[in-house]
Parts: sequence; C-alpha cells; structure tokens
Amino acid sequence: MRYILKKVLSMALTLLVVSICVFLAFSLIPGDPVTRMFGTEATPELIASYREKMGLNDPFFVQYFRWFSSFLKGDMGTSYDYKVPVKGMIAEKIPITLTLAVMSFLIMVVTSIPLGIYIAKHENGIMDHIISVINQIIMAIPPFFSGILITFVFGIIFKLFTPGGYVSYTKNFGAFLKYLIPPAFAIALPKAAMATKLLRGSVIEEAGKDYTRTAYSRGNTTNAVLYLHVLKNAMIPVVTFMGMALSDMVAGSIVIEQVFGIPGISRILLTSINNRDYPVVEAIIMGVAIMVLIINLLVDIIYRLIDPRIEVEE
Amino acid sequence: MMKKSFGRRSLSTLLVVLTALTLTLGGCSSKKAEDDGAGSSNATESASSEADSKAEGAGSQTSDDLSEITIGIPQDIDSMDPHIAKAAGTREVLFNVYEGLVKPDTDGNLQPAIASDYTISDDAKVYTFTLRDGVKFHDGSVVTVADVKYSIERNAGTDGTDPLISAFSNIESVETPDDSTIVLTLKEANTEFLAYMTVAIIPANNQDPEGNPIGTGPYKFVSRSPQENIILTKFDEYWGEAAYIKDITLKVEANADSVVMDLEGGSIDMYARVTSAQVSQLSDNFEVYEGTMNLVQALYLNNAVEPFNNEQVRQALCYAIDPQTIMDFVSDGKGTEIGSSMFPSFGKYFDESLNDTYNQDVAKAKELLAEAGYPNGFDFTITVPSNYTQHVDTAQVLVEQFKEIGVNATIQEVEWNTWLDDVYTNRNFQSTVVGVDASTLTAYALLSRFASDAHNNFINYKNDDYDAALKAAIEAVDDNEKTAKYKECEKILSQTAANVYIQDLPEFVVLNKKFAGYKFYPLYAQDYSKIKPAQ
Repeated sequence: MRYILKKVLSMALTLLVVSICVFLAFSLIPGDPVTRMFGTEATPELIASYREKMGLNDPFFVQYFRWFSSFLKGDMGTSYDYKVPVKGMIAEKIPITLTLAVMSFLIMVVTSIPLGIYIAKHENGIMDHIISVINQIIMAIPPFFSGILITFVFGIIFKLFTPGGYVSYTKNFGAFLKYLIPPAFAIALPKAAMATKLLRGSVIEEAGKDYTRTAYSRGNTTNAVLYLHVLKNAMIPVVTFMGMALSDMVAGSIVIEQVFGIPGISRILLTSINNRDYPVVEAIIMGVAIMVLIINLLVDIIYRLIDPRIEVEE
Repeated sequence: MMKKSFGRRSLSTLLVVLTALTLTLGGCSSKKAEDDGAGSSNATESASSEADSKAEGAGSQTSDDLSEITIGIPQDIDSMDPHIAKAAGTREVLFNVYEGLVKPDTDGNLQPAIASDYTISDDAKVYTFTLRDGVKFHDGSVVTVADVKYSIERNAGTDGTDPLISAFSNIESVETPDDSTIVLTLKEANTEFLAYMTVAIIPANNQDPEGNPIGTGPYKFVSRSPQENIILTKFDEYWGEAAYIKDITLKVEANADSVVMDLEGGSIDMYARVTSAQVSQLSDNFEVYEGTMNLVQALYLNNAVEPFNNEQVRQALCYAIDPQTIMDFVSDGKGTEIGSSMFPSFGKYFDESLNDTYNQDVAKAKELLAEAGYPNGFDFTITVPSNYTQHVDTAQVLVEQFKEIGVNATIQEVEWNTWLDDVYTNRNFQSTVVGVDASTLTAYALLSRFASDAHNNFINYKNDDYDAALKAAIEAVDDNEKTAKYKECEKILSQTAANVYIQDLPEFVVLNKKFAGYKFYPLYAQDYSKIKPAQ
C-alpha cells in the first residue's frame, strides 16, 4: 500500500515538473503564436488584440495555472493553429504512434529472445559469431538511417510497399498495419540487437552459477535447466532493458514517422513546436510522460512475476 | 556445459516457451493494443459519418481511377475558415472551395463570380454589385445579399473588432437595397478595391466555418485530419464550369525530401513546388510545368540602420551582384530578373528597363563605397529563414559576390517564427533574403509597404517622393495615370536602391502524365478544377 502511494506521488511530481519545463521552454525560445498565426499580414493592432484574447499577456504563472487547472479537469484546451480541441486532435493520432510502438516492441521481443537463447546455447559456435557481428552492425545504425535503407531496398527496389503510401486506420486497418511494418522494423532492429546481446550474456552468466550446477546434479535435462531455472533469472536485466526500449520507441517514432511519412503524434508534435502551438505540445508531452511512467510501473510488476524474491518496496 | 547437449527436439520446446514468454512480457503491450483499438473506434465515431462514408468511397476506387487525384502539399493548411487563413499555401488550396464576388482568371484579370456584374462610380468610392442568380452554397442553400454583407463586414470588423484585412478599414458601409444588389461605399477613393472583393463569401448562418467549411467553389470540403490530409469532392451544383476530377485528396508532405519518392511510388500525383534538383530526378511519367512563384526576391536592407541608411552603400551592393549567377546556382538558370518591387505577372505595371539600373560593376561599387566612407568595406549580417532553401542558397551566392567589393557578409539562419518576430515585426535586423508576394492582384499590394508610415514597411524605407507618388497612384481614377504613378514608385525604389533586387523565382509543378491541364495563376492559387484525365 505504501509502495503504491509512494509511486503515485512520485509520478504526480514527475508530471508536474515535466509540465512546468515545457511551459518554461516555450517562454525561453523566440517566436510567438500570434505573429505566427498572422505571418506577414500581422498588424500591431491585430497582434495586440489576439494576444489579449488568448491570454498571452498574463504572467507566466497565471498562464501555467490556468492551463494546469483545466488539464486536471480533462480539458487540454484548443489548438492555436487548428482552432479545434486538442483532445480530439490527439485522440485521432495516438492510435497511429501507439500501434507503431507496440509493433516495434513485438518485433523486438520475438526476434531477440529466441536469437539470444539460441546463440547462448551455442556459445562460440559459428552462428554465435555471425550473429554477434551482425548485431554489432545493426546496433551502430541509427533508426532513421535504417529507415531510409529499408525504404530504398524494400520500397523502391523490391516494391514490397509504396513509400509514402500511408493509409489511414479509419479507411483500411489492414493496409494501415501493413504500411507500419517497415517503419516498425526500422525502430525495432537496433533495440532487438541490443536485447539479443544482453540476453546472451545474461544466460551464459546464469549458466555458470552454483544453482545451475545443483539443478543439473538433481538429474534435470539441459532444456529443463535452461527454461525452468536459468532463463527466469536471465530475463530480469532483459525485461529492464525492454521496458526502457519501449519508452524509447515512443520517442524514436518521432524521427521514423518523418522518414516514412506517417502522420502520427510525432508529426503533430514537431509542427506544433514550430508553430508555437503550446496547448498541443503540452498535451503531447504530458501524454508521452504518462506513458513512460506507466511502462516503468509495468516493468516493476513484471519483475515480481518473474522473480517473487524481488521486493517492490526496495 | 550449456552449449553441447541440446537436441533437435529443443527447437519445438523453444518455440512454445517463446510464445509463452512473449505473452507474459507482452502483457503490457497487449493491453496497449486493446486501448489502441478502443481509441481508434472512438476516433471513427467522432468523425462525422458523412465524412467517413466519403473517405471509404474514395478508398474503394483503384489507384488507376482517374476520377480521383492525390496532390501533395508542402505544409498543412492553417485554417479552413477563409477569413482567418493567412498562409499562402492555404490560400492556394482554399481557392477551390471559396469564391468572392469576383475571381481572378489565369491572366490575373478579375472576372465576375458570385456577382454577375459590377459598376464602379467615377469617383471610385461606390462599388455596386449585382448578385448572380441562383449561386448555391455547398450545403444547397442559395447565396443571398445578406451572406455577402455578412462576409464583407466580418472582415471589416464593423462589429467593433479589428479588421481582419487592414484595407477593409476603408469601408464606410455595405448596403443591400434589394435582394440582388450590394452597394459598397468607401471612405477614401480607391480604384483598386475590386481586387479585395475576391474575399470569400460564406453563409451568414454558419456558426462554425472552421469545422464545417461552406463555400461556393467548384470543390466542397469533405474531411480533414491534421498533418495528414484534406479531402475535397466535386460540387455538383457549381454555377460555373464544372470540374473534371471527382475526388481530391490533399496529402501533407511533411518531408520535402520524400517528394520525388512519393511521386514515383504513386502515393501522390501532383506537387506544386519542387526544386530544379528534384525535377532532374523525375522519370518520364511526369510532366513538369514551369511558371513563376510571383514574388519579389531581394536582399531586403534595413534602411534605418548603419551602413544601409546610406544610399551609396545600398547602391554599391546593387552593383556588386549579378542576378543571373544567382539563378544559375539556385535553380539551374531558371528565374526572372527583376529590378524593383514588381514582378512580370503584373503585366503593365512591370518595368523591365529597371533591371538595368545596376549591372554588375565591381569598380563602380568600390568607388561608391569609398565615397560613402567605407573604402575598406564593412561587415554585416544576412538573416535568412532556414526553411526556405532557395533563399539560403541565394544568400550564399550573395556572400561570395560581396567579397569581390570587400564587403564581408555573414549568413545567420533563423527559424521562420524568429524571422517573423525579429525581422518582420520588430525590424531588428541588418538585411534579409526573402520573397515578398502580393496578397491581392494590385500593384498597391506590393508597393504600399514602402510608404513611410506603412505598418508593414519592415525595411524602414523613407522617401517623400515615393510617398507622394504612391498617394497619387491610389487616388488616380484614370488608369494610364495610375500606371504611370506606380511605375514612378518602382523607379524610385530602384534608383534609391531600397533593396538589392534579384529575381522572381521559378516554380515547377509536377503532374503525373495520367493527368493534364494544369494552369498557372499570377498569384497564389492552385486551380484543381482545370486538371483533367489525360485520356
């Protein structure tokens, strides 16, 4: 109980700090939503009247608390740029980015775990060496570049997908998922390589421990030892990594959505920063922060499932 | 010891365990997937059902169906409300959805649109329009004089708010003596006010022009998704010449570098602003239409700061540069040289002879610098909005050319917002390379900003002769006299070297050869109704 309370409090504090940071950042960078809105046709009178109307002349903390109190009530305000409620705008885009992150995560899990176990079992075998080298290379390639490579090879040369041919999920969900496969790979590959390497090392390390020897001496088969004893312990660092990777994937999609022309939340985020559309940026950053905090919480819970000895209270 | 004794059987075991593991570990992700599904259905529900069926209808057609076209646009539009929308990129899209009392044709002449006829009083103070019979809005209702009155007054701010278009503060009254006549009375005579009557007419009873845009144009709004697309469909009850293509998807191309790939891959059929480098990468499947961007690209000089408050210094810079070299570098030699704040699409107002006020002459430039008290040159900064590659490229050539006369220029790239704030609004800059366009098809739109007291005179130009000539031009009722006065304005700008004038940039429009009929307009407009299947 105390643990949950502590956790919720620290989450709330994190969110508070994040939201203040975003607000601060906007007051520091040059540019103003009103001049942006009217561009070269702005007149001093128009700017003044719209600044007043939008409450931009109020002191920093007045603006912040106005935003904060309405955010608590679930009202994220209206986009300066699109003149529509932020909530609806983001709700429409979240499924896109989330699907991409989840797909990348699944790709990472289903490739790295079997591969990691396989090369750990065949430590120093030929496959181990080959995969380790490939891993090293993949880890070194940033997702935006592998994104470009994937587009070029599979999109342009093999024509397996149409570059830029994104289909909205409201229009055709199957085609939507299909288009997300290449970008999901671009995001997942480096993470999968890291997870594979981590799992390999972790399995090998656990296999050398005393309890493994005990398990063998009790007459267990190699497979039984591996899957019933070793893997459980070996997975703990990997789960930590995967939790972090999932948070990273949400962030990583910012770049990948640009490369593949996916109109997800990241594109809205980037243009909103450019357009000084504070309400939208605040809402998205808060959303991402909440998502990361939830993922961390889930990782904690999974620890316990894997190994009940781990005390969540620490 | 782990590595030696795993049998073949292990593979199947491994797979089973893996699946189980994936499910456990993916606990969070499968939950996410559910949220995901819920989110998407919500979003679907929130979209209007009409929009949905339209979108699906478009989706069911094959990509070869020429009754639909996907057009890439460089940035999302800033508003669907025609009176709020400001960006040039938005104006050119909304051109298809909204119309004014008059509407420009491809030559830039104003043709009657929602008005069937108009007269302008001899003193250029009273404009009388006759409403065209039976023009319908996209919702099926007929356009009335009340709608016209509402639309004009909304921009004029007669309800006490600030006018959305500053020129509309000149409107004294809008009257509707009968149900087919609109009488517009101005405070001060202005023969060019007709150009402002291209302002969109919208229904007076529409409470939400942003979310439910209704106009009278050849295309009507279907749906829109921020940063993704805008979907338009042909308006069957359009009063004028019907459009050819039925459904239009305007796809926001967030990444300019992927335009060629998207064109070749078939995800877009048309794109209006490609660079000459991109043109050279295109295959034979595309037709490239070449026009001009209709803007005045120049090195704009802040006439109020040292050393540009000295006319000789400004002239020296004009002598230092060669527009052709810039065009060669920036766009493979394409582009049109200009010598003042006017571009060729304006026809009679454009004075080509001003291109030769200054021809590159390094010796002469150095001489002028010496006379002005800068025998060893000087240092200055060129501020350029970094999102406009052609302006950044131009600045780079300028830097090299200024070196020849001993002047050291440094390029400072800034974000567009910073540019708007620092350079345009606060006029806190030395020089900047940008293109200035005309908001309406009047010489006034280009030249009025250099009046000493103009709110948008961001270069702080101040010249009494210019102010007098501009005033005379606005007041002139006789067209020849007006043209002469405007040309005098241009000449003064050129001779006093208000700015270092360079060119009107070339514009390349790429259209898939499955389609034809693209037409250029002398202002920001993309007329989708003229595009047709090539057969």
